Amino acid sequence: MAKAILYDSTMCIGCRLCEKACSEHHDLPYNDEIAKEEKLSAHKLTAVTTHGDKFMRRFCMNCVSPTCASVCPVAALKKTALGPVTYDSTRCIGCRYCMLACPYQVPTYQWNSRLPVVKKCDMCADRVAAGSPTACAEACPTGATKFGERDELISEARQRLSAASPGQYFPKIYGLEEVGGTSMLLLAAVPFEELGVKVSLPHEPMPMLTWRALSEIPSIVSVFGILLGGVWWISHRKEEVAAAERATPEKKS
Amino acid sequence: MKPLRNGLKWSFWPGLAAIFMIAGAYAAYVRITQGLGGATNLSDQFPWGLWIGFDILCGVGLAAGGFTLAAAVHIFNIERYKPILRPAILTAFLGYLLVILALMFDLGLPYRIWHPLVMWNPHSVMFEVGWCVTLYTSVLALEFVPIVFEQFRWTKALNVMRAVLIPLVILGVILSTLHQSSLGSLYLIVPQKLYPLWYTPLLPVMFFVSALCAGLAMTIFESWQSSKAFGKHLELPLLSSMGRVLAVVLSVYLTLRFLDLVNRDVLRLLAVRRTETYLFLLEIALFLVPMVLLFRKTVHTHPLALYGCAVMVLFGFVANRLNVSVTGMEAASGTAYFPKWTEVAVTLAIVALGFSIFRFACKHLPIFGPQPVVERIRSRAPVIVEGD
Repeated sequence: MAKAILYDSTMCIGCRLCEKACSEHHDLPYNDEIAKEEKLSAHKLTAVTTHGDKFMRRFCMNCVSPTCASVCPVAALKKTALGPVTYDSTRCIGCRYCMLACPYQVPTYQWNSRLPVVKKCDMCADRVAAGSPTACAEACPTGATKFGERDELISEARQRLSAASPGQYFPKIYGLEEVGGTSMLLLAAVPFEELGVKVSLPHEPMPMLTWRALSEIPSIVSVFGILLGGVWWISHRKEEVAAAERATPEKKS
Repeated sequence: MKPLRNGLKWSFWPGLAAIFMIAGAYAAYVRITQGLGGATNLSDQFPWGLWIGFDILCGVGLAAGGFTLAAAVHIFNIERYKPILRPAILTAFLGYLLVILALMFDLGLPYRIWHPLVMWNPHSVMFEVGWCVTLYTSVLALEFVPIVFEQFRWTKALNVMRAVLIPLVILGVILSTLHQSSLGSLYLIVPQKLYPLWYTPLLPVMFFVSALCAGLAMTIFESWQSSKAFGKHLELPLLSSMGRVLAVVLSVYLTLRFLDLVNRDVLRLLAVRRTETYLFLLEIALFLVPMVLLFRKTVHTHPLALYGCAVMVLFGFVANRLNVSVTGMEAASGTAYFPKWTEVAVTLAIVALGFSIFRFACKHLPIFGPQPVVERIRSRAPVIVEGD
């Protein structure tokens, strides 16, 4: 079954151990300077962002129907059955359509490299495949980032919301329906837009937007092919008639 | 540089072209040694800029005259357009080659440009775009080589090409239709990023119809330019009739745009005072003004006025593509993008290269003027040639 992460921002203390564990697992540098960068980049695949006394985590949402995987012309990005959206850098051509298309602005690029590749959180696909939790979940000291089965985490989030004292939670599980659902489920004390989370996203999976156009291709090809062939046949038929008429001069006026 | 100097008559234009190409060559060096970060102002928030917006989107659109005229002449059998078919094919072929050249700058890993041909993802619009570029460039090459064969009087090769011409033209029209519209489909995936004056589920249709306008305008433009440069007789009645077609296609396009804005209930956005509104109005005006003018007989029968209208349409087209790809995307990106000088230099160098090769080809190949005798004699369909 599909795995997921439940990030409960009300439990987060902003210690950034998730960032450190993530960078270690992905062989990326991590120091105090990088810790201060509160945004995703090619050297920072998850970022804790500060909003007054509250925190939010930024990472790849590993969508159930990932936009990036649908737009990638070479299928470098793939949705795995376990949940992670993986990236195969050996296929990538560097068109950066995934970056343009991602509704969360997650994929980042090695802009200053001569042979750049895309960088993004892959939900520790290798660890998850081996049956371990993600590096960030394992490192979290408070349980704010919890790894598990998506179904079970959704039930748990619902329980937390229903058992909560008034004002403890904003009554919404983010990621349940956004763009068709995400592997990253978020809970917060305040409306999500106050924590920098995009809230106006459609609930329909994004890939449908382009697929509706792409699925017309066979029709366009066959209709246009027949139409153009037909027009050619008709337009040149006129000339055959004209030539035949010229061949019999007595009929000509 | 020798052919360039021979190809251009005045000293101003070759000088300018040379400056652009030298600057472009240096920018290319920066791109190769310092990567996209050193050569562009692109960022994680704004991954597509001028090279996609102008070099690719406009380059492909301006090549649309090729399939439009090929269909008019070979499929619809409108013989009188024949004299301007070859310049249109040449423009389209050159346009596509330059688009591929621009892609080599823009792709992060250009040496893998062939990957979409073997690593498939039919759900990706970019995959469709990749295939369309490859196949249509091949078709254009095949539509272009007869001109070369003719120059060298390779009649056997010419006859082979003539036998496959019609299926080739039909294939070319289909591929172009798919390609022009798919460039619009690319942006279907960003409803929350592209400003509502431009985002519409009809983007592929809009891109296709506006590309027809650009193709017709480009054909008028280059016929006028060529007649000046080579002292050829300007096919005025012909261009006038194209001006009329352009007026009609522009009306269809503007009606579509208007109805779409009404249907999506976003016309009220025009009352909002922001950059997007002004750029949108500019773009529409650059289509609307020539449309109104072209319906007047005094305009579409006057060479200079016709040329002026064509130029306006071309600017309107470029404004539309840049609005969709750059300005319409800025607000939602959370960052400001303005191209670096190296991006501009590469773009200008590619344009200069296009003009130079076009002039060179016109000098040395039978692009304009009467078809040589060899075609009339060897034609497999003599009825067509005698039809007029």
